[in-house]
Amino acid sequence: MFHAIVGIKQVPDTTNIRIDPETNNLIRQGVPTILNPYDAHAVAAAVEWKRKLGGKVTVITMGPPAAVTALRECIEMGADRGVLISARQFSGADTLATSYVLAETIRAIHEQEPVSLVFFGKQAIDGDTAQVGPGVSVRLDLPLVTYAVKIHEVNLADGYAVTERKTERWNELLKTPLPALLTCEKDIADIPYASLPDLIHSLTYEPEVWTAEAPVLFATEQIGIKGSPTTVFKVTSPERHARGEMIKTVEVGVENAVKLALQKAVAAGVANYTGGVRV
Amino acid sequence: MTTPTTSPRRFWVYIEQEEGSIHPVSWELLGVARRLASEIQDELATTGGTAVVEGILIGHEVESLAEQAIQYGADQVYVLDDPVFKNYRNKPYYSSLAYLVRKYQPEVFLIGATTLGRDLAGAVATNLGTGLTADCTQLQMGEVKGVSHKLLLATRPAFGGNVIATIVCRNHTPQMATVRPRVFSLPEIVAGAQGKVVRLSAEEMPPMISATVNAEIVKIIRNEASKVKIEYADILVSGGRGLGGPAGFKLLEELANELGGVVASSRACVDAGWISYDHQVGQTGKTVRPRLYIAAGISGAIQHKVGMQDSDFIVAINRDPHAPIFDIATVGIVGDLNDVIPAMIAEIRAQKKGSSH
Repeated sequence: MFHAIVGIKQVPDTTNIRIDPETNNLIRQGVPTILNPYDAHAVAAAVEWKRKLGGKVTVITMGPPAAVTALRECIEMGADRGVLISARQFSGADTLATSYVLAETIRAIHEQEPVSLVFFGKQAIDGDTAQVGPGVSVRLDLPLVTYAVKIHEVNLADGYAVTERKTERWNELLKTPLPALLTCEKDIADIPYASLPDLIHSLTYEPEVWTAEAPVLFATEQIGIKGSPTTVFKVTSPERHARGEMIKTVEVGVENAVKLALQKAVAAGVANYTGGVRV
Repeated sequence: MTTPTTSPRRFWVYIEQEEGSIHPVSWELLGVARRLASEIQDELATTGGTAVVEGILIGHEVESLAEQAIQYGADQVYVLDDPVFKNYRNKPYYSSLAYLVRKYQPEVFLIGATTLGRDLAGAVATNLGTGLTADCTQLQMGEVKGVSHKLLLATRPAFGGNVIATIVCRNHTPQMATVRPRVFSLPEIVAGAQGKVVRLSAEEMPPMISATVNAEIVKIIRNEASKVKIEYADILVSGGRGLGGPAGFKLLEELANELGGVVASSRACVDAGWISYDHQVGQTGKTVRPRLYIAAGISGAIQHKVGMQDSDFIVAINRDPHAPIFDIATVGIVGDLNDVIPAMIAEIRAQKKGSSH
């Protein structure tokens, strides 16, 4: 049976985050949270392959109790089971502590129902680290496929998958044994419209809540702040740049505006009329 | 020269290569490592010992590249050359690197935040159980309360660039960081620089994974699109939602051709499918620092600005005088890009004609 686990994260909609200039604290109040966009595509891919092969999709997340909303969203997309790992002790986790908790959770679920593929989004939009997926793969010793853009084949009988990943230089087709771990680009699958049964299921679905002690007893020195080698030393607002000169076409006319701007660029030595900059 | 009594404090840089060509971010990082090493000279004056910059080069038939690393500032280069490393694959590379870290105990380890570097760094750090800070925009050795020696202060944007956070790794080594290409400038080449090349044997590494076990590369698909390298262009002509559609990029391309530049894009156009991801500038795209950046119809969301604000000269074109892009522009043109861009093309052509007489 095909069984996919998808690790997801509920993130603040980063377009709305601001910092209090007085206190340097994040202003989270009133900032909506969303399912990390890359994770949504990872869930869509898992559900797509479940529909092709028959099987099950389990979605897991570590986060505050409110993260059940993100899990329900995945159920709406066609996932079957949602697990929230949530406890005060987990707070302050960096990517190393997070990968520990998710890896141990996947290990426990794998013992109940063997896993074929593990999915993550390529990165979460709040931290943009892209470190948790590779971290989990190392902890579980699973073949890693980062920047996955397409799943070409999943062969459960022979225990392998052929996936395509996009690097800066080329695309690679990788053949890996199962289970393997993918971190997904948005290209991996389109977000489906929810079917009516899935929609109804999600409305009443209550995800399981796992704590720091049960059903998995997490090692206290590996979770939360204790399990995190990195700490935030300082937080500031981005530098403000001095505003440059403004030229309005309605005042000086398009041609003059363009001439002025180009003259300044040429004077600054960043462009010339011989077809480019020679360094 | 006297032999130091304690082992040197090592600043490591991963020298990224594929098919024998080095990613220039490796040189940028050697420059950073050299500066970091100089920032602890005051400490070394009292504690004694030395600081060294070292490159790690892994691949097959790559040994000849080590000399370049020395010219860019490495005191020493470790070379691990074996057929098993012909193509980059996560497991053989990360397990070898983690082994070398355990053996030589570097204090700081820098890796380029490329697709390869990000794949590798997260795995190495997890295997070692140490801290890793991604996509740093500033790196500095600095004092931290309660720690006897200077630590790597790793500064990076978070929450889509709305916040700048400085991260430290107090009790674990190496202190690891990834840095995007073009965040730091290329150091000067020192011709005739002296350094040591240390050849390592693959047999010494943890049991090697053959070329087919774990992950076999079935095929490499090369496409034209992935040859676009906006991060190293001198002039970028970049378009945003204000272009109104894919046809807008044709106009920008014309301007880019006249200027000898390359076309770039904001995320909105990539999401809309108007242009491929390789052209995307910003938090989820590339970091660029060209000499000239022309932003046409880009409103200037913080996620875009963090990717291009270090450009030498920014010309912003937008109809909305309140567009945030104007906050960082050197020159802002308030107007319709459909008038402004063709006028620019015409002006450049006229100037070229004039100067050829």
